[in-house]
Amino acid sequence: MAHQSDLIAQDIGAYLKAHEHKSLLRFITCGSVDDGKSTLIGRLLYESKMIFDDQLSALEQDSKKVGTRGGELDFALLVDGLAAEREQGITIDVAYRFFSTEKRKFIVADTPGHEQYTRNMVTGASTADLAVILIDARKGVLTQTRRHSFLVHLIGISRVVLAVNKMDLVGYSRETFERIVADYRAFAARIGLTDITAIPLSAAYGDNILAASPNMPWHAGPNLMQHLEDVPVTDAATGKPFRLPVQWVNRPNQDFRGFAGQIASGRVARGDRIRVLPSGRESEVARIVTAGGDLESAVAGQSVTLTLTSEVDVSRGDVIAAGSAPPQVASQFEATIVWMHEEPMLQGRAYLLKTGARTVTATITPVKHKINVNTLDELPAERLELNDIGVCELELDRGIPFDPYTENHTLGGFILIDRMSNSTVGAGLLNFALRRSQNVHWQALDVDKKVRARQKGQKACVLWLTGLSGAGKSTIANLIEKRLTAEGRHTYLLDGDNVRHGLNKDLGFTAQDRVENIRRVAEVSKLMVDAGLIVLVSFISPFRSERRMARELFQPGEFFEVFIDTPLAEAERRDVKGLYKKARRGELKNFTGIDSPYETPESPEIRIDTTAMDAAGAAERIIDRLQELKVIDT
Amino acid sequence: MKAAAAAPLSTGTLTHLQRLEAESIHILREVVAECEKPVMLYSIGKDSAVMLHLAVKAFYPAVPPFPLLHVDTTWKFKAMYAFRDEIAARLGMQLLVHINQEGLKAGVNPFTHGSQVHTDVMKTQGLKQALDKYGFDAAFGGARRDEEKSRAKERIFSFRSAQHRWDPKQQRPELWSLYNPRKHPGESLRVFPLSNWTELDIWQYIYLENIPIVPLYFSALRPVVERDGALIMVDDERMPLKPGETPMQKRVRFRTLGCYPLTGAVESDADTLPAIIQEMLLTKTSERQGRVIDHDAAASMEKKKQEGYF
Repeated sequence: MAHQSDLIAQDIGAYLKAHEHKSLLRFITCGSVDDGKSTLIGRLLYESKMIFDDQLSALEQDSKKVGTRGGELDFALLVDGLAAEREQGITIDVAYRFFSTEKRKFIVADTPGHEQYTRNMVTGASTADLAVILIDARKGVLTQTRRHSFLVHLIGISRVVLAVNKMDLVGYSRETFERIVADYRAFAARIGLTDITAIPLSAAYGDNILAASPNMPWHAGPNLMQHLEDVPVTDAATGKPFRLPVQWVNRPNQDFRGFAGQIASGRVARGDRIRVLPSGRESEVARIVTAGGDLESAVAGQSVTLTLTSEVDVSRGDVIAAGSAPPQVASQFEATIVWMHEEPMLQGRAYLLKTGARTVTATITPVKHKINVNTLDELPAERLELNDIGVCELELDRGIPFDPYTENHTLGGFILIDRMSNSTVGAGLLNFALRRSQNVHWQALDVDKKVRARQKGQKACVLWLTGLSGAGKSTIANLIEKRLTAEGRHTYLLDGDNVRHGLNKDLGFTAQDRVENIRRVAEVSKLMVDAGLIVLVSFISPFRSERRMARELFQPGEFFEVFIDTPLAEAERRDVKGLYKKARRGELKNFTGIDSPYETPESPEIRIDTTAMDAAGAAERIIDRLQELKVIDT
Repeated sequence: MKAAAAAPLSTGTLTHLQRLEAESIHILREVVAECEKPVMLYSIGKDSAVMLHLAVKAFYPAVPPFPLLHVDTTWKFKAMYAFRDEIAARLGMQLLVHINQEGLKAGVNPFTHGSQVHTDVMKTQGLKQALDKYGFDAAFGGARRDEEKSRAKERIFSFRSAQHRWDPKQQRPELWSLYNPRKHPGESLRVFPLSNWTELDIWQYIYLENIPIVPLYFSALRPVVERDGALIMVDDERMPLKPGETPMQKRVRFRTLGCYPLTGAVESDADTLPAIIQEMLLTKTSERQGRVIDHDAAASMEKKKQEGYF
């Protein structure tokens, strides 16, 4: 701290005052094995005078003994810590280094560049505000550079310093530097990194580390330390809606009930309307308690204790949020998962998921794909191995309050813990709630469709039979239901005629009423599927758009359109109920096929040609098909 | 207690000390919420003072819901014992003092057994005995990552086997502020809430928050003898004087506090916190040099850690 020592010597009071207001920048350095990363960090520590005399003399000795720079000071030795890595000459884990200048305190996450890169880099990056990506000027943008950049972007760091190192070895060539920067920018734009500051430097010789390098007068931008000191650290979380994951309920006596936690985002003030999630109860902030006295308001990052004006049930894991902008509650997500353990991640296995102060059970349903971090290609995958990154669907045993990771790192980031070994085996980012769980009311979350269906030993679904009047829908549906019930399944048959006697007796046969007729039946079927039932719907449902509307109420794999295909002439010939005759005589208006259209299904899951088989055969065919589709087991 | 560190800057950005404080409080609460029987290791030094102060803040208005544990080697400075008892009484916290009785019976002391054996028996073994005796499953320690190279990689939640061993390969990745405190019966955690603090941060925080510390940190006239280039304070009658040694009265203070026969004093006039900080910043000798245990082979701390020393 040579540049500050005058002030320290002359006026320690002024120095302390200035340092009281220092901000903190956490950054990560990413580079490959030989990019000079440790040298750069060692250099930063050395230049900011964080190396004490005794450490320096140890460094001089070590440089002669095990240094790689022929007896010259090897700054990398300042930061290589564990005995094992000294022997191997590589760093093997995430290390944290500290230095400070007049303006800032810095915490550097130093992560290795070898094969454990993904686990370690993601770990180091998770707490960083900025990333320094090192490039060897002789080598330019490498596969590793792309990999590091992708991971930096994935974990949500938006600010990047492109440190083009070893400029001394390329004759401080401006052309080389500019070519590398152009290459990098082209790649970075592809993955969405835009806030990039490129600096040419030599960590070994100190060029552009602390002062403008006389060897590169053409570099108009800042030197590295200058940039690290000046880059804004305004916490993006402060501008977001208020969120406080409750860590601990403070109850020292009957008169005090406080909810302790660190504010994840936004700000809170006394008197603010809040909502507690997942319960959804509302209250008002009575006090913001700290040992230093009550606060009027508090912001993201502060650890506080809130009391509320009313008796509301709040426990660890709940989130206290802005009443006007609460987070969603959901139990099924699409998530991006980074696997961190030698034991691969298995679909269908239950892991513990910790997010905020809440731990729940999570099952990974399908792995949609994994990502090749070198090429960014999406690859099909059934499981994730150590250092794999995959996009998966997650199903939790209960709903949790969440925000997408891109919105809120605290409410969207999670770790996965193995239930047997207790190891932290993975980390992940919640991308979004799956449509099927979105807007599900919190009251229903403890027992959901899946649980109800499982209790009945079946998969809930709807068989939507459509076709002309007299095509045979009801007869076939009735046979299917009898068979399923005989097999011990839980079903319900919604028949068009029957429903029109009750729920829909106010509806006629105009196009508008037909739409409403289908909407109601679709909603009722949805409730029944939610109850875990196999639902048979036997409705003419003549319009494609309403059948599509019905389909969209369900998850993929739940809705089966069954087209009972009987030509008009054949239906009219059968005319079991005499309706066609009435219609032909004009006694029935808007009769499908006569004076109201029937829109034939374009791609039904199942099509039954009733001219080729009887009702029993049709029922048989449909059940066979459902077994093939694994909707019901054999 | 002043509210200085609690209110954010007008810009809405927290200062570095506010961020460190909030992080430490989060860690302390997380352990209390998730572990069954936590304890705070209290060594009476300045780092312990800050850690304890943070605990008071974390659980205010409740008293921190865990006891303090002092693993006593019986060779601490008298002023440290007095300070320890006073602080515990003032905070209303339970103070457990554990002394390795076997070591005591065997007469282990720093003068005849040397620093290594003394530290191993009285401190390392003593700590394990105490943790086993009370069945603590999580112990807060005041270690910082900036103290020593091998500590730079230490997790905040450091996992220990049932034999109290630290295995660098079994440490869990720590992402964001999500810590995994789960363990099997017998296994335990060492938790370091001050991991990200530096020596300067500690002093600055003590200054800003007006945290009481042992008076030995401040300069005063004290009786010392010079041994192997270190100034050792003659704190009580147990200290055997070598032929020709006479205690001299010198203005000295201590940058770090341990067992008095193993802790070198520095000549200094710094008798206020700003003066101490000033001296620290202008003196380019690192903090742990005063502790005799570090004068071993390279990576000695790592070996000690594997054996269970904090």
